[in-house]
Amino acid sequence: MSLAIELAYLVASILFVLGIKMLNKTQSARQGNRLSALGMFIAIVATLLQIEAISLVEIFGCIILGSAIGLYYANKVEMTKMPEMVAIFNGFGGLASFAVALSDYFLRTEVTMESITMVTIISIIVSVFIGGLTFTGSLVAYLKLNGNISGSPITFKGQHPINLILFIAFLATAVFTVIDQTDPLFIIVLIVIALVLGVLTVIPIGGADMPVVISLLNSYSGMAACATGFILNNNVLIVAGSLVGASGIILTQIMCKAMNRSLINVLLGGFGQTVNAAAGDGPSITVKEIGVEETAMLFDSVSSVIVVPGYGMAVAQAQHVIRELMEQCEKRKIDFKFAIHPVAGRMPGHMNVLLAEANISYDKLIEMEAINDEFPNTDLVLIVGANDVVNPAARNNPQSPIYGMPILNADKARTVIVSKRSMGKGYAGVENELFGYPNCLMLFGDAKQTITKVVTEMKEM
Amino acid sequence: MIILIYILALASFLGFELIAKVPPTLHTPLMSGSNAISGITIVGALLACNEMGYTTMSKWLGMIALVLATINVVGGYTVTDRMLKMFKKK
Repeated sequence: MSLAIELAYLVASILFVLGIKMLNKTQSARQGNRLSALGMFIAIVATLLQIEAISLVEIFGCIILGSAIGLYYANKVEMTKMPEMVAIFNGFGGLASFAVALSDYFLRTEVTMESITMVTIISIIVSVFIGGLTFTGSLVAYLKLNGNISGSPITFKGQHPINLILFIAFLATAVFTVIDQTDPLFIIVLIVIALVLGVLTVIPIGGADMPVVISLLNSYSGMAACATGFILNNNVLIVAGSLVGASGIILTQIMCKAMNRSLINVLLGGFGQTVNAAAGDGPSITVKEIGVEETAMLFDSVSSVIVVPGYGMAVAQAQHVIRELMEQCEKRKIDFKFAIHPVAGRMPGHMNVLLAEANISYDKLIEMEAINDEFPNTDLVLIVGANDVVNPAARNNPQSPIYGMPILNADKARTVIVSKRSMGKGYAGVENELFGYPNCLMLFGDAKQTITKVVTEMKEM
Repeated sequence: MIILIYILALASFLGFELIAKVPPTLHTPLMSGSNAISGITIVGALLACNEMGYTTMSKWLGMIALVLATINVVGGYTVTDRMLKMFKKK
C-alpha cells in the first residue's frame, strides 16, 4: 500500500475524531458531522484508487444502489422512528462486517490457498461472531420497536442455560476453526450460533429497555468493524470502529445508570414481569381528574411551568401541540421549560430530537441533574406520557422494583398535571403513587387531542 | 500486529474521552452519526470486491457488504445532518 493512501487514511481518521469532538457543542455539531462525512469520502476515494478497473462496474452499481436506499430512508424517516432506524442500521453495519470477514475467509481458503495467521483467523472469527450477532439482535430490536413483534419481554424456561450452552459451543467451534482453518464446516457452525444467539439475547428484553440494547448493539457494530480492520490490516477501520465501540459503551453505561440497573440485569431480561403480582396487593390509589377548561385556566394563572415528556408523547405525536402550548405560555410571560430524563423515550436523546423537530429551542431542554432542584419552586408540572421516571416510589419505597432509580422530582412542584391515556401502569408494572398525591391532577385522554383543546381554550382567553 | 493493538487501545481511550463530553441533547445524532462511521466497513467491502471474479462466494459477500455499508454511510450522515439542522436556539 502506498504512502499516499496510508496518509489519506490518517487524514480520514483525524476527521472522524474531530467530527466527534465537535459534537460536544450543539452549535458546532452540524459542522462536525460534515467533517466526519468528508473523512469518510476521503477514505472511500483512497480505497477506490487501489481497485483494479475491471471490478469498478460492479462496485459503482453497489454504491449507487446503497446510496439510493440510504438517501431515501434518511429523508423519509419520521423523527419518532429514529430508534427503529438506528436499530436497523446497527444491523446493517454488523452484517457488512460479517460479510467482509467471510468474503476474506473464503478467498484465502478456497482461492489463494495462503496460510492464515493466528491473528487473522481469530479476527475473522470475532468479526463473524459479533457481526452476525449484531445483525439478528438488531433485527429483533427493530421488529420490537416497530411493533411487528411484542415489545414485552419474551421469556421461556431454560433460556439462560441455552444461551450459555450456545456460547460454550461457540468457543469450542472457534478453537476447531483455528486448528483446522480450511474446513468451512466449522465456520458455518459459527455463523449459525452467532445468528441464533443474536435473536435469543434480545428477545427477552422489554421495550423500555431498548435504549440500552440499541446502545449496546451500536457498540457491537463498531467492534465488528474493528475486528475487520485486524483482518485487513487496515488502521482506519480500527480507529473508526473503536470510536463507535467506545461511543456505544458510554451510552450503554449512561442508560443503565439512569435506570439504576446493571447491564447484566438488563440483558437477562424479563424486567417488569415478576413484580406485577406483588404490586397488585398494594392499596389502590384514588386520583383526582381535571378537565380541559380547568387545565387552561390553571396554565393561565401560573408563572412557571415544566413539561416532563416521555415515550407517550412520541406515540401520541404531541410534540407540536406542546410547542403551541409553550407559545401561549410565553405570550403570558410564563417561564416554560422541559425536564428530560436520560431514559425518556426509546433511545438516548430521543425526546430532544422530537422537541427540536417541533421547533423548540434546545436551551429549554434541561437535563435531570440540572432541573431537579427547580421543581419545588415551580407552579405547574405537566407530565406527558412519562410514568416510571416521575414515580416517587423510586425515592421512598425500598420494596419497589424501581427503588433507587434517579427520577425527576416532579411531585415536589405545587401542582402536577398528568396527561395520560388511562390508568395503565408504567413499564415497570408498578402503580405510580404520584397519581394519588394531593397536588396531582389527571388529564385523561389522548395527549395530542386534550392538549390541543387546552391550547384552543387558552387562545380564547 | 502490536501496532494495530496500540492503535485500538489509544483510539478507544480517545473515543471515551471525547464521547463522554457529548451533551445528552445530542445523543440521538451521536448514535446515527456513529452508524455512519461504522459504515467504514465500506473500505473493507471495496477491497473485498476488488478480489472479485475468483469465487462467486467471495464476490457476492463483498457486494452485499458494499451495498449495506453504503446504506449506513449515506443514510447515517444524511439523517444526522437532518437532525442537527433542527437543533436551533432562539
